[in-house]
Amino acid sequence: MAKAAQSAPEVAPGVSHALSNDRLLSMYRVMVLARAIDERCLSLQRQGRIGFYAPASGQEAAQIGCAAALGDEDWIFPAYREIGIALWRKVPFRALMDQFIGNSTDRVKGRQMPNHYSFRDHNFVSPSSPIGTQITQAVGAAMAMQRRHVPQVTATFFGDGATSSNDFHAGMNFAGVYRTPTIFFCQNNQWAISLPRSRQTHSATLAQKAEAYGFSGVVVDGNDVHAVFDAVAAARERALAGEGPTLIEAQVYRFGPHSTSDDPHRYRSDADVAEWKRKDPILRLREELRTSGALTDEAESQLQEAVKREISEAIEAAEGAPALDPLTLFDDTFAQRTPRLEEERAEFQRLLREGVIRP
Amino acid sequence: MSEMTLVQAVNRGLFEAMKQDPDVLVLGEDVGVDGGVFRATDGLIKEYGAERVIDTPLSETGIIGTAIGMALYGLKPVAEIQFLDFIYPAFDQIVSELAKFRFRSGGQYPCHVVIRAPYGGGIKGGVYHSQSTEAYFCHTAGLKVAIPSTPADAKGLLLTAIHDEDPVMFFEPKRIYRTATGDVPDGDYRVPLGQARTVREGEHLSIFAYGAMVPPASEAASALAKDGISAEVIDLRTLVPLDEAAAVASVEKTGRAVVVHEAARFCGFGAELSAILAERAFYSLKAPILRVTGYDTPFPYALENVYLPNAARIEAAARAVMREG
Ligand SMILES: Cc1ncc(C[n+]2csc(CCOP(=O)(O)OP(=O)(O)O)c2C)c(N)n1
Ligand SMILES: [Mg+2]
Repeated sequence: MAKAAQSAPEVAPGVSHALSNDRLLSMYRVMVLARAIDERCLSLQRQGRIGFYAPASGQEAAQIGCAAALGDEDWIFPAYREIGIALWRKVPFRALMDQFIGNSTDRVKGRQMPNHYSFRDHNFVSPSSPIGTQITQAVGAAMAMQRRHVPQVTATFFGDGATSSNDFHAGMNFAGVYRTPTIFFCQNNQWAISLPRSRQTHSATLAQKAEAYGFSGVVVDGNDVHAVFDAVAAARERALAGEGPTLIEAQVYRFGPHSTSDDPHRYRSDADVAEWKRKDPILRLREELRTSGALTDEAESQLQEAVKREISEAIEAAEGAPALDPLTLFDDTFAQRTPRLEEERAEFQRLLREGVIRP
Repeated sequence: MSEMTLVQAVNRGLFEAMKQDPDVLVLGEDVGVDGGVFRATDGLIKEYGAERVIDTPLSETGIIGTAIGMALYGLKPVAEIQFLDFIYPAFDQIVSELAKFRFRSGGQYPCHVVIRAPYGGGIKGGVYHSQSTEAYFCHTAGLKVAIPSTPADAKGLLLTAIHDEDPVMFFEPKRIYRTATGDVPDGDYRVPLGQARTVREGEHLSIFAYGAMVPPASEAASALAKDGISAEVIDLRTLVPLDEAAAVASVEKTGRAVVVHEAARFCGFGAELSAILAERAFYSLKAPILRVTGYDTPFPYALENVYLPNAARIEAAARAVMREG
């Protein structure tokens, strides 16, 4: 159930009639794919085949419900946990896997740690690790959309922890002042590494922070794709109508560790996790689709098989791709290499040739 | 060609860029109705309106973060930071975001923002209205750094910066905003980034300076000339990319070097330039390289006149390098 933030306008809760069974099935498929990728990648990291991974398990309905309500032309300003958004935008898992490895077909040329992929063709802007920085950028891109008078919005993604960052407040403030077509999509997964939501801010909700900046903030049940879809669709409609930004707080739970470097047993109990897992967004949508007859047992097992196959094939292909050419290091610092970078590149090339540096 | 001050030349450059390209816009604190606290953006809002000359809330990270978003989308924002001393709330956006967007996205997202900021001492600004911290930005791969010392260069470098494809930090020597005057070409006048300017040719030593240190360096050279010491004065104009070839060629000719900046000495830009000269012109050097700089203290208010390098200090350093070798 969606519930309104204190003194914020209410968003209608309940089952959206906007989503057909076909659409729900395709959303379900991407949710299942995202979950299965998480599971495989955690084990790839343990095996030393990728360097790092930050799972999104538990956040699939929030991500895919949101992505489905956006237009492909809308710009995504993600953090590092937005796999569901990328997959919904039809980024093939192979392209993600290339990035996790940093091979020669990695679209970002091995520059960033896993999870920091970007795809201009999918309007999926490059994320960085510093928390919150994408938020003001999303507002700036929305200001550019206003200036160009195009029917587009920006959607920026961040966690509960990011609501304490400088750029959250600066971005919300600018968005309020200029009434930008921006959707601030906060996935409150209850944790910022080890810090619980209650210690992040004394505010009753995260959504209510929008009120201080002069626009509406809504809380939605992030395990309910319908509620998320409706809230985002409404926010998008308002943005396109020139009515400005919206903050959406999707309440979810991070089922897995913060990342492969994290041991959540140090700060939370298994009972707490188990409690939230009963609200697993994938089980919930599966139940709904079964009840409505849209998903049969046979279709479910075919889907699980297809997803496993797709993942295995992509991993194999990505691991088989040639390694990155080390000389690409000297590309893209500037549009053109400066004389200094040319010299450093020549020196590097010589050291490679002499075997002093070994790839 | 018209005669004007350095700050007027900045203003002319902004007018010209906004006329040339509707994607150019200006944003910052008090840049619109007020025309900027130094009047660098005076009149722009009347000509181009509040959509392109944007008075922002008081948040540097907001200014630079939104400018980055605009640039990613294809606009050409020119952001003003009211004083370089106040850039630090945006430091993360500049060094973590702006400088790295092209690289970290594998070339998918170039991010071209020009950031203008008045810098430097000599205006009775004390600790927080006087600093020269260009070295922080020079140290960050992915940023270009330009610092004009004349009105013509202010316009020419600014126009080049605005039409460049990379982020450019454009630091304006506020002390000489109104005292540096000179002829500035009308219309689309550009000075390339990465080319030093020989202010005066000389035989016996090379003095390297930029921004507000160029006038005292020239003054020192005139004083030295009276004693038959011929000093070459080089205005670096861009610190990144640096015209290393020009610097090395000058020292190969003269065999002596004095490096001047008002920023503190330790890890200042002069350290980099001195190292480059030591690496590349060692066998031409007849004397150790000397630096004439601000001291390694925070910038003072009452004592700024003795903190800042002046012609006398530059001249003394020049005489010291002449005594050696
Ligand atoms: C500015 C900054 N400080 C600290 C970190 C280290 N760090 C990475 S993720 C994280 C917690 C983020 O929590 P939240 O915003 O809730 O997002 P979540 O990881 O839960 O998706 C921290 C502290 C960082 N990346 N950036
Ligand atoms: Mg969190």
